[in-house]
Amino acid sequence: MKLVLEAVTREVNGESHLYSMSMALEPGLNVLLGPTQAGKTSLMRVMAGLDRPTTGQVLVDGQDVTGRPIQQRNVAFVYQQFINYPSLTVFENIASPLRLQKKISNDEIQRRVRETAEMMRIGHLLDRLPAALSGGQQQRTAIARALVKQAPLLLLDEPLVNLDYKLREELRAELGQIFARRNAIVVYSTTEPLEALLMGGVTAVLDKGDLLQIGPTLAVYHQPAQRRVGEVFSDPPLNILPAVFEGGLALLSGDVRFPLPPHMAGLAGGTYWLGVRAHHVAMEAHLGREIEIPAWIELAELSGSETIVHADHRDGSGGEFHLIAQLSGIHNFSYEQQARLYLDPHRLFAFTASGALAASPPRAADQRKERA
Amino acid sequence: MQKTVNHRAWLLVLPVVLSVAFSAILPLMTVVNYSVQDILGPGQRVWVGNEWFIDTVRNPDLHAAFWRNLLFSFQVLLIQIPLGIAVALALPAKGWQASLSLVLIALPLLIPWNVVGTIWQIFGRADIGLGGYFVNNILGISYNYTLEPRDAWITVLVMDVWHWTPLVALLCYAGLRAIPDPFYQAARIDGAKLWSIFWYIQLPKLRGVLLIAVLLRFMDSFMIYTEPFVVTGGGPGTATTFLSIYLSNIAIGQFDLGNGSAFSLIYFLLIQILCFVFYTTILRVGRK
Amino acid sequence: MAEVKLRGLAHSYHPQPGKPEDYAVRPLEMTWEDGGAYALLGPSGCGKTTLLNIISGLIQPTQGQVLFDGKDVTELPTERRNIAQVFQFPVIYDTMTVFDNLAFPLRNRGVRPSEVTRRVQEIAEQLDLTEDLRRRASGLSADIKQKISLGRGLVRSDVAAILFDEPLTVIDPQLKLVLRSKLKQIHRQFKLTLIYVTHDQTEALTFADQVVVMYEGSVVQVGTPQELFERPAHTFVGYFIGSPGMNLLPARLVDGRVCVGDQPLPVNAGALRLAAGDELSIGIRPEFVRYSTAAAPDALPVHVTRVEDLGNYQIVTAELVGTAQRVKAKLAEEAAASLGPGWLQFPAERLRIYRNGMAV
Repeated sequence: MKLVLEAVTREVNGESHLYSMSMALEPGLNVLLGPTQAGKTSLMRVMAGLDRPTTGQVLVDGQDVTGRPIQQRNVAFVYQQFINYPSLTVFENIASPLRLQKKISNDEIQRRVRETAEMMRIGHLLDRLPAALSGGQQQRTAIARALVKQAPLLLLDEPLVNLDYKLREELRAELGQIFARRNAIVVYSTTEPLEALLMGGVTAVLDKGDLLQIGPTLAVYHQPAQRRVGEVFSDPPLNILPAVFEGGLALLSGDVRFPLPPHMAGLAGGTYWLGVRAHHVAMEAHLGREIEIPAWIELAELSGSETIVHADHRDGSGGEFHLIAQLSGIHNFSYEQQARLYLDPHRLFAFTASGALAASPPRAADQRKERA
Repeated sequence: MQKTVNHRAWLLVLPVVLSVAFSAILPLMTVVNYSVQDILGPGQRVWVGNEWFIDTVRNPDLHAAFWRNLLFSFQVLLIQIPLGIAVALALPAKGWQASLSLVLIALPLLIPWNVVGTIWQIFGRADIGLGGYFVNNILGISYNYTLEPRDAWITVLVMDVWHWTPLVALLCYAGLRAIPDPFYQAARIDGAKLWSIFWYIQLPKLRGVLLIAVLLRFMDSFMIYTEPFVVTGGGPGTATTFLSIYLSNIAIGQFDLGNGSAFSLIYFLLIQILCFVFYTTILRVGRK
Repeated sequence: MAEVKLRGLAHSYHPQPGKPEDYAVRPLEMTWEDGGAYALLGPSGCGKTTLLNIISGLIQPTQGQVLFDGKDVTELPTERRNIAQVFQFPVIYDTMTVFDNLAFPLRNRGVRPSEVTRRVQEIAEQLDLTEDLRRRASGLSADIKQKISLGRGLVRSDVAAILFDEPLTVIDPQLKLVLRSKLKQIHRQFKLTLIYVTHDQTEALTFADQVVVMYEGSVVQVGTPQELFERPAHTFVGYFIGSPGMNLLPARLVDGRVCVGDQPLPVNAGALRLAAGDELSIGIRPEFVRYSTAAAPDALPVHVTRVEDLGNYQIVTAELVGTAQRVKAKLAEEAAASLGPGWLQFPAERLRIYRNGMAV
């Protein structure tokens, strides 16, 4: 199956939820990544046939299905909320889409439900009612019900967002593997960059109803076409530093300047935005980290195994910017402490003043390949 | 919302549309028919235009009934709303006591309306009624609802309070239970007294249900018929002749169908307008 | 401001508790020092909210005492305990302005109007609420409402402790950071005893100097964020803190050496003795596992089954040869990792030994 959207737009009460979007999806994992209000749900509803696009076409295997209701398409949909039939057991919940199809024998239903339940690790819960399950188990049931149909199009709208983080961690690791084995177009929406990376496949980055970029997940992550893509696809947020390039030097603020690294050498002078991901901001000097930035530490967030330091740089002439550093392990910092942050110029993205990607850092893996 | 279109859905709505047309629109058209013609007998009719309407609007008895009914409705609200809140506050929040008191409170609501009237007609009688006897002989206050307009008014009012305050109380009770515990806990931590808790937490959180209660009670009392008809028949004199009773006197008592129809339509319109006013008020207040 | 002490405290929702499982909070001793920032961290149903409600006086414990500065307050109702609480969903008085909301606890206690105005303005300044003081509280966003809830506690000069029950649940992700930073600042300025209940590790670790981890009604570790990460006292702490959590492998004692499968590990078991039925396991964080493509002394042969490139870092999942045990290792983004045979090293100083779940 191949799903093609051609210049799909959607307006509700004069408000645009989707601007013109075109994409072609192949069987495999497709992640829709974007913050809230990006249009992820609107897009999935159009793909499913729950909503009709205002303009544009939806094609399945070259056939126009725009406006065909969801009942007449073979689609499975999983929502954020754990939606199950409260009066049916887990078994009957999972079996429900099969019962609607007339031609499936009872034995076949038994076999497929058990197989899917085992895969979602709820095989031991088949006799329970949804109310007797934990949130994670309820969502596993809902996902199993979607999987059992073996629909060629499986849509999951932020399915893990309402789970505790430990459950989320377990489930998303499993889901990626389960989806990878299916011959279906799986569309998975999320706000979390980490989830997109875990799922792999293709990622489409959405923001405010616009499709910003679509491509293989790691390629989008390492080469964001615009500043906004980099921001959406970074957690902690992408550091954005205003810079002026002049005569082979980059000027960050009154007191921070450094020679342009090779991947930016070809850029014309002018103003740019430099982007650097938080895990490339260090608190220790090291070979290659040539940019040294004095800053005041504002807050250190501890995420369990990582420390995320928020710091402010202010120079004498009123220039200032905010920097976020992500450090492995748990470290203690006190508030309003002076510190020095270090950047490796080879890790910097450069975006033009209007936000387009001007230069992206060479990847270590690519460098390794070159060396070999 | 622009959904994918499925025209078969209309078929499912059709039975409802048909039955509403049969039960509501056809009878209404009959009334319209009578309100613009003078029908003297089968095949004998005279087109009179808006005469019945003008006649009705200028009728001083009807004005009197209108003001009487309005006064009654306001008294009903003035008593039943605070009383209903008070009852709801006094009810236990949980346990078997809660279930028991809810059942007891709801009893008057389960009694057919004309039975309510009959109960109070007997209850209030000075000779054989418990209430009437008590007021006259034990309290020593002269009371007779068949003779004294004031007594009749009070009887109908008390009966309505007895019949309908439980509805307000139940609505408020549901509203009170919907207030999350942290609000009470926070108020205790803030050192709030009971009165402050009522004024700053309970009353504001009840606003939604109270608006519904006011709407229902106003509409119902403005259309009241059965109970006063059974107890007082609108009397003595016109003391308890509310709009509905007056209407049935014209239409059924005097068989004055033209006047009755015109009056019905005006009455209907009035209720619609009041409904609309209340409805938009609720929406607007809810949005704030 | 006060020191909060729990003595022999336990609570059960059963009328006649017998088994340990009947207790929502199992017997515990605990001291929360004056001016400390504490977090109570645990999954849902671990008893953390029950414990918080016992401290605030909303629940009477089945047994034991609650002491504020040495004074027994177990029998005292909430309003006489001088505590303030911020709830999961913002609690504000809808009909009042922000100013009146903040002034409410003071007015209820008969504080002079001039003093009320002074205190409210001072706290509003601290919480960046000055501009909203004249506005009706009902129309404001959730983060401002939570600040108002906090402010109602801060205005009182007599507050012994402020308790927080998952206060950031309804706050937008972008604003959580701002509020977290505000809370830290408030703590430094007011030197209040703060107790913060959450199931979110980031919130707990960021907020607290000392984190109390609860699991199935018991406190399994009290420690700084660093201690929880580097030296989990209980396997649950290892699992719950960190993403991914600690690798936990069932182990055996063979001739005084700790072995996983048949592989002895480079760890000093010392005088460790096991009683019959004891379960031994070893734990090591994925961050501390060293991976190499070539054999090295002390390295265990493994079979790498998965390599996930997560942008910032890579996660290698490997099976120990000769066992079905899986180990995860966290690698730098540039590190070269490949499927198939490989070697893992467990540095001795990072290995933790657990007997029946408790660190040895």
